[in-house]
Amino acid sequence: MSTGAKDHAQLSDIFNKDEARVDWHDETLWFVRAKRDKAAHSLPEWETLRETASQIKDNVLSNMHEYLLQFEANAEKNGIKVHWAANGEEHNKIVHSILKENGVNRIVKSKSMLTEECHLNDYLHKNDIEVIDTDLGERIVQLAEEPPSHIVLPCIHKKKEEIGELFHKHLGTLEGASDPVYLTAAARDHLREKFITRKAAITGVNFAVAETGEFVVCTNEGNADMGAHLADVHIACMGIEKLLPLRKHLSVFLRILTRSATGQPITTYSSHFKKPRPGQTMHIVLVDNGRTTQLGREDFRNSLKCIRCAACMNTCPVYRRSGGHSYHTAIAGPIGSILAPNLDMKNYADLPFASTLCGSCSNVCPVKINIHEQLYKWRQVIVKEGYADPKKAIAMKAMDFTLSNPTIYKFAGKAGRFVLKHAPFTVNNKLNLWYKHREMPEPPKQSFGEWYKQNNKND
Amino acid sequence: MTVGLFIPCYIDQFYPNAAIATLTLLKKLGVDVVYPTKQTCCGQPMANSGFEHLTQGCNDLFIENFSEFDYVVSPSGSCVLHIKDHLHAEKAEDKALGIRKKIYELTEFLTDVLKVEKLTASFPHKVGVHQSCHGQRGLMLAQMTELVEAPFSKPLHLLNMVQGLELIDLKRPDECCGFGGTFCVAEEAVSVKMGKDRVADHLNGGAEYITAADMSCLMHMEGILRRQNSNVKVIHIAEILNAQEF
Repeated sequence: MSTGAKDHAQLSDIFNKDEARVDWHDETLWFVRAKRDKAAHSLPEWETLRETASQIKDNVLSNMHEYLLQFEANAEKNGIKVHWAANGEEHNKIVHSILKENGVNRIVKSKSMLTEECHLNDYLHKNDIEVIDTDLGERIVQLAEEPPSHIVLPCIHKKKEEIGELFHKHLGTLEGASDPVYLTAAARDHLREKFITRKAAITGVNFAVAETGEFVVCTNEGNADMGAHLADVHIACMGIEKLLPLRKHLSVFLRILTRSATGQPITTYSSHFKKPRPGQTMHIVLVDNGRTTQLGREDFRNSLKCIRCAACMNTCPVYRRSGGHSYHTAIAGPIGSILAPNLDMKNYADLPFASTLCGSCSNVCPVKINIHEQLYKWRQVIVKEGYADPKKAIAMKAMDFTLSNPTIYKFAGKAGRFVLKHAPFTVNNKLNLWYKHREMPEPPKQSFGEWYKQNNKND
Repeated sequence: MTVGLFIPCYIDQFYPNAAIATLTLLKKLGVDVVYPTKQTCCGQPMANSGFEHLTQGCNDLFIENFSEFDYVVSPSGSCVLHIKDHLHAEKAEDKALGIRKKIYELTEFLTDVLKVEKLTASFPHKVGVHQSCHGQRGLMLAQMTELVEAPFSKPLHLLNMVQGLELIDLKRPDECCGFGGTFCVAEEAVSVKMGKDRVADHLNGGAEYITAADMSCLMHMEGILRRQNSNVKVIHIAEILNAQEF
C-alpha cells in the first residue's frame, strides 16, 4: 500500500484527528477481543490447545522441506497441479499464465492475504484481467479502492453508512440506505451473477495437509466454495508455512482458529479440497516470498507459525487506536510488524516501534508466537542496520553518557528539575511532544538521592 | 538478609515519595535495606528504543552497585523486568546472572519472599488499580485476562490488607496505559489516546486515586489527569501500603 512517505506515527496522528471515530474503532475491535475471551474461557483445555498447536508448528518449521515435498507428491497423486513461486512476482506470473492458458479474463477470488501480500489484483488488472473479490468485506474495500485494514475483518474501519454510500454508487442500492440486511442482500445478488459467469476461481489456503495432499479453506460466507465449485479452474495460493503434517492436526487448529479470530467455535465453512471434480482443473501455488529468509533468522523464525487469526490485532491497544492502514502493509498489527521488516527493513523500520511492548499480543496468540519479544528484537536489528532516525541515535548516545556516570547523572537531574521549576516555559511548549496533551511532572524539592543523604547520615 | 534498594532514575528525580515509602515500608517490615548512592538507571529507555548495544555503561554500573546484596528490590516492575531479561556483562556474566535471579519488584518481594500476610496500613479512599503491563505480563505479578488460568494478584493481595481501602471496578482491568517509554513521544497521538482512555475507565469507576506498582504508567496518567484539571491523584502502591490515614 502506498502512503507516500508517511510512517506509522504520522498515519496514526491523522487517524486520531477524529477522536469519536477512534473510540468507535476501538470499541468495535474490543468487542471482538471480548468474544474471543469468552470462547477461550469456555474451554478448560484452552492453554493445552495453544501449546499443542505451537508444538505442531515448531515441528513443521523444523521439517518444512520434507513436508513440502510430501505435500507436493500427495497433491499431484490426487490430480492437483503444484507450482512453486520464489517470490510475489513469480506467484503473480504463474497465476496469470494459468488464466491465459485457459483463456480466462474475468475471475472471482475469495479471501487470501497471500495474494494481498503479492499485490496480485494490481498485477492482473494491469494484464487486463478483472478480479472480483467475493468476501463481503473485501468486496467493500475493493469498491472503495482501498486495501483491507484487517486480515479477518477487511472493512472493519468502515461504518455501515459509508458502505451504504458505496453500494448506492456501485450496486444501485437506495440512497441513504444503511440497513445491513438490505445491503448484504444487494451484495449477494451482485456476487451471485459473478459466481455463475466466472470460469476461474482463486482461493487462499488456511491449512495444507502433507499426509493427504488436501487443503482446507475456512470462510463464514461460503464464498470460497461458491467460487471453486462453479469454476472450471480452481487456483489455490498458499504460503509455504501453511502446512500441517497430519490430517488429525486439524482437530487442534480448527478449534483454535475461529475462537481466536471472532469468538465463534468454528468457521461456518471449513472446506476440504482434495482433488478436482471431473472436468475441473485444480492448481496450488506454493509461495516463499521471504519465508525461507525469515526461517533462517533465529530470533524471528517462529513468526512463521502464524495462522492469520488476527487475535493480536483485536487485542492490540495501539492497533485499535491507529487503524489497520497506519501499518502501510498487507498484514497490519503486531504480527504484521514482525513480518514486514523481513520483506523490506527500510520501508517498515517504523513498525516494530509502533508498540508499547505490553505483551497482550503474545498472550492471545493461539500458536504462542512471542510477538512482543520479537518486536523488541527487531528494534535492535533495525538500529544496528542503520535504519533508525539519526536524531534518535544522537539522543540515545547522550543518554548513555549521562546514565553511565553517577556524578553527571546527579548534576543533570538537578539541572533538569531546576529548569522545570524555574523556567517551565522551556519545556512546556509545542516542541515538547509530551506537553502537547500532558502536563510535565511537578519537580520535587529534592531527589530521593538527596533526601537519603540528608536523612541517613549514619548509614 | 541485606536488600539493595534500586530506585529507578525517574523515581529518584521526580517521585522521591514513592522511593521514601518503599524504603520506610521495607524497614518497617524488619528488612536491612541499603541504598547504593552511585546508582543511575537500568538502561531500559535506550534498550527499548533499539539501542541495547549502548547500555553496557549502565549494566556495568548496575552490577558494581548491586552484586553484593542478597536481594535487589525496586518499586518499578518495568525496570526490574528489563534487568531480569537483559542485564549482561561480558567480563562479569556470572554476577549479571546472579542479579537477574535475585532482583524483585516490591510487591512480589513482599508476597513471595517476605510472605507478608498482615500490614498496619490504612488508606480510606476509593482506589483504582492500574495493572502495569511489564509487571503483570512480564513479571507475572497478576493473572492476565487473555489466559485461561486461575486468578491471582500480588498487588491486590497486599492492597486487601489495607484498612478502609475500597477498590473500584474497571471495564478493562489490564489494558496498557500507552506510556511505553520513548513510545510516549515517538507515537504521541496513540500514546495520549491510550492514556486518556485508561484514565476515563478509572474516573467512571469513581476512583479518588489511581495506583500501580510502576510509577512510569502513573506519571503518564498523572500528566493527563492534570491537563484535565482532575482532582483524581496518582499514588505509588508503596505509599498506600505505608499509609497511616484515618
